[in-house]
Amino acid sequence: MSAVPVPPGVPAEASAPVAARLPSLSPARRAFRRFRADRRGWWSLWIFGTLVILSLCAEVLSNDRPIVAHYQGSTYFPLWNNYPETTFGGDFATATDYLDPFIREQFDKPGNWAVFPPNLYRFDTINYFSPSPNPAPPSAVNVLGTDDRGRDVLARLIYGFRVSVLFGLALTAIGVIIGVITGAIQGYFGGRIDLAFQRFIEIWGSMPELYLLLIFASLFEPGVLILLVILSLFGWMGLSDYVRAEFLRNRNLEYVTAARALGLSNAQIIRRHVLPNSLTPVIAFLPFRMSGAILALTSLDFLGLGVPPSTASLGELLAQGKANLDAWWITLSTFGVLVGTLMLLIFIGEALRGALDTRRG
Amino acid sequence: MADSFAASDPVLAVEDLSIVFDGPSGPVTVVDRVSFRIHRGEKFALVGESGSGKTQTALALLRLNGDARVSGRIRFGGRDLLALGEREMRGVRGREIAMIFQEPMTALNPLYTVGDQISETLVLHEGSTRAAARARAIELLELTGIPEPQRRVDSYSHQLSGGQRQRAMIAMALACSPALLVADEPTTALDVTIQRQIVELLDDLQRRLGMSVLLITHDLPLVRRFAGRVGVMRQGRLLEVGTTPVLFERPADPYTRRLIDSRPKRSIQPITAEAPELMRADRVGCRFWLKSGWFGRKPFDAVREVDLSLRQGETLGIVGESGSGKTTLGMTLLRLASGDSSGEIRFAGERLDGRPQSALRALRRRLQVVFQDPYNSLSPRMTIEQIVGEGLALHRPELGPDRRREAIVSMLAEVGLDASVLSRYPHEFSGGQRQRVAIARAAILNPSLLLLDEPTSALDVSVQQQVLELLAGLQRKYGLSYVFITHDLAVIRAMAHRMIVMKDGRVVEAGDTEALFAAPHADYTRTLLAAVPD
Repeated sequence: MSAVPVPPGVPAEASAPVAARLPSLSPARRAFRRFRADRRGWWSLWIFGTLVILSLCAEVLSNDRPIVAHYQGSTYFPLWNNYPETTFGGDFATATDYLDPFIREQFDKPGNWAVFPPNLYRFDTINYFSPSPNPAPPSAVNVLGTDDRGRDVLARLIYGFRVSVLFGLALTAIGVIIGVITGAIQGYFGGRIDLAFQRFIEIWGSMPELYLLLIFASLFEPGVLILLVILSLFGWMGLSDYVRAEFLRNRNLEYVTAARALGLSNAQIIRRHVLPNSLTPVIAFLPFRMSGAILALTSLDFLGLGVPPSTASLGELLAQGKANLDAWWITLSTFGVLVGTLMLLIFIGEALRGALDTRRG
Repeated sequence: MADSFAASDPVLAVEDLSIVFDGPSGPVTVVDRVSFRIHRGEKFALVGESGSGKTQTALALLRLNGDARVSGRIRFGGRDLLALGEREMRGVRGREIAMIFQEPMTALNPLYTVGDQISETLVLHEGSTRAAARARAIELLELTGIPEPQRRVDSYSHQLSGGQRQRAMIAMALACSPALLVADEPTTALDVTIQRQIVELLDDLQRRLGMSVLLITHDLPLVRRFAGRVGVMRQGRLLEVGTTPVLFERPADPYTRRLIDSRPKRSIQPITAEAPELMRADRVGCRFWLKSGWFGRKPFDAVREVDLSLRQGETLGIVGESGSGKTTLGMTLLRLASGDSSGEIRFAGERLDGRPQSALRALRRRLQVVFQDPYNSLSPRMTIEQIVGEGLALHRPELGPDRRREAIVSMLAEVGLDASVLSRYPHEFSGGQRQRVAIARAAILNPSLLLLDEPTSALDVSVQQQVLELLAGLQRKYGLSYVFITHDLAVIRAMAHRMIVMKDGRVVEAGDTEALFAAPHADYTRTLLAAVPD
């Protein structure tokens, strides 16, 4: 038929250079490569990951009890069990205060030993044996000093960082799930559903979030859970708009019509075709949303609307720093942790955004 | 590279032009030591497929290549353009060498009237007063054949039709009577009837103004009708240059021969009289609701009262210009249109209309579709195996993963791709290869009917011919029926047994393809056929 015979199975354009001999990389692998190429973001991720994992082991790193203790031939695990003071030669049947100089002496006797965590205080441990009045400046006893109730600042920072990061993760995860689902429904189905949702979001978004928080803080006992619920109720809207826009764009592309022509159901089309191609803004925004969540919790704690005072929190420390301006070690160290965390997250976010930009290599 | 005019008076002489871009993996040479001349009053065409470097060559004449490295010499009016400063170059652009672009919608600034944009060049280069420039703009618009130029001079680009926009672009380019007009695919974005008018206009203007024209195109029939001499480019190299009749009759380079021969050829088998009817549509319509005012909506019938029928193993061509409703008709037939559809559609004895989408899912296996744009029709985050196998997993779950893979591999072999592509992603393939994947995705389900919506319009001519042959081969082998939607009459002539011609949502004429081409009845069909360069 044609003047130039095309041998079967070997189309002429197959010989064109389409990177045919290079190993095939999925878009996800390419994105990972681009992410790794951004050294600052890559290292930020490692540092942040290490810090999070360390903070998850906070009980072992910063606690007022020994991890393992050996006393008169028996081995004890005070971190996991409560032992009365009488076990270690004390007078009372109450729980042992391992920071008590008397108990420390007991372990120093020959044959007895105890392995203490690197930092000798829990977030709520009050150092009754501090050499200087509270708030105490940094010293060999309390590396970053104590707050105005005699609690170790380093211990409170470690535990507070953990609360902040876990809260940020949870709030981000809930916000992403709700945002993606609502955005997907609006964008994919469009029309009246979209219209109704949009009006609902406008009304919902115009509710005064801070007033609601104040009201709820007086109605319920403040706690991490109630904060999570209230912030989640309002936190999904920003993301939902982006996902909606992506869905509106992608559902009109021909591969979606092709999938409909194959006979796929709406749920299958959303899951397999539209969603994977619409997640770019979600992933790019993740670290920024998380730093926003951490900052939100910190601000609420600072205002006294957040977690109860017994819980370690960065915002509560900042409030203490404000109340005790001369205790520079509280403000400065908390500020350092907060800025460091937010900066790491933003670096990760920038690298992620670059990695998801498919126009780059 | 015989240059028969070598001794006479060249307006432009390009010598050893090379253009190199710095890619992420080293320098990429897009134009490789190209030399050619254009004489006074000559119509020269550069022909090539996508990626041949023809547009970059044209842009180099105006030094608009962006951050590419350009070397060689471009002699124009006694100077080397590549040696000029940016300031002097601005005096050349628009004044001595003017350019018209492929897409007139994006090449015109939507915020200014057409008159403003024409006057701008005049005020800038010739120092005309505003009033004089406006009078000249009206003159130029009149020259390009725009009706009511006094009124159109104050129109914005969105108020003009595609053809009028291209005329306005030409008027802008002619404003300073350039010695050389560079036309980069000036008709590609236009409908065939408009294409013909624009080509005639360019031809007429060239003769009246005595300027030289450099035409950049992939459209060989256009070149044959328009150009005096032709240069053929491929992968950055100028393969041969010759006068149009010589080059078309006796091409020296095998690639040129292949390009000339790659026009669609009729390669379908006649339909036997007893072939059963597969699809029948009666008075099919599709209505969209357009917003009108704040709360009102008004109906817009994209398709009205179309009757058609299709037999087993037959190809029905649907031809029409953009906006004629041919794609909407195709989507309506498959119940994929987003508007309100009406009328009766029968497929293999079953009614398609009025059934809920969920009831159609099982039938979808037998009704498949291939789209125009192979870049949009494959999900970018799925491998070829997932794309081709998805329908199979849905409709024939009884095949295990192993047998499914076997089926995918043999289908890919049938469309001319080997098993090594399974784990690759669509972005790694050329347009023609992607279209093969899209055909494999549809054909693997062993459908009875395949809707082909402009399946070759986004492809280069030589690739287009291969895809058409693949489709014809599949039809011969499996007795597939095709509904072939296209604006390209040469393709429809090669592929369709019967055809319908659509305009404004209605069928203007229907009949046997050969008979219709030989003796069109409707006036519209006649203009359409006349517009096709033969």
